[in-house]
Amino acid sequence: MAEPMRIRATMSGDVADVKVLMNHPMETGLRKDSKTGKLIPAHYITDVTASVNGTKVLDAGLSGGISKNPYLGFKVKGPKAGDKVVVTWADNTGDKNSAEATIS
Amino acid sequence: MNALRRNVLKSAAGAGTVAVAVAAGLMKPTLALAGAPRSAFEAKNVGDALKGMGATAPADSKDIAIKAPDIAENGAVVPVEVTSNIAGTTTIAIMAEKNASPLIADFDLSSGALGFVSTRIKMGQTSLIRAVVTAGGKSYTAAKEVKVTIGGCGG
Repeated sequence: MAEPMRIRATMSGDVADVKVLMNHPMETGLRKDSKTGKLIPAHYITDVTASVNGTKVLDAGLSGGISKNPYLGFKVKGPKAGDKVVVTWADNTGDKNSAEATIS
Repeated sequence: MNALRRNVLKSAAGAGTVAVAVAAGLMKPTLALAGAPRSAFEAKNVGDALKGMGATAPADSKDIAIKAPDIAENGAVVPVEVTSNIAGTTTIAIMAEKNASPLIADFDLSSGALGFVSTRIKMGQTSLIRAVVTAGGKSYTAAKEVKVTIGGCGG
């Protein structure tokens, strides 16, 4: 399940602009399968954390209300080009994924 | 732990179930993840969600900007961008007031992260999108209406 995710981090002035695209179905658990009429079990990311050079900058709680293949953008003041950004997520089934990028 | 959490969620009588699990010591409160407790995400209305987050009466603020389309043709993907110009912003939460579970996401910001988040959310129907910002222990809020032509939550 752990499909690749994409991160892009660029400096604009003294602010690092980080954009993350995660691969995840984000099922709310309220949707029905159109063929069987049964509810599709909930499967969504519950937790996303981001750190720059090992220091946590973002800790997010998510719900099924986030769109499929979640996009997340945030800005951090302070880092320099070449610093490393790591983003990790965990979902409600215990699945996890992580990716890193270098700020350019 | 994960199997347990899944069972707890599956039995989802919502916030109550989680609270009972916490009380019974089945689930340590620390497992309930960062920021807003998980129970806040299961709240079925805005008031309960705010209460779950510990932000009962947030003050309206003009320093919070919500960027979202006036009309979203597809409720399954509604881009939302929240910028808080309040100094010392530590959390930003996003809600869609008429969704089955209004609280959509909650972001704890630290170590230089600016009061800005951008994401895409699902909306079941036309509703206010509400941003709740915590700064210096106080809560602030702002809202913007988004009209939805096709809901994104149902089948």
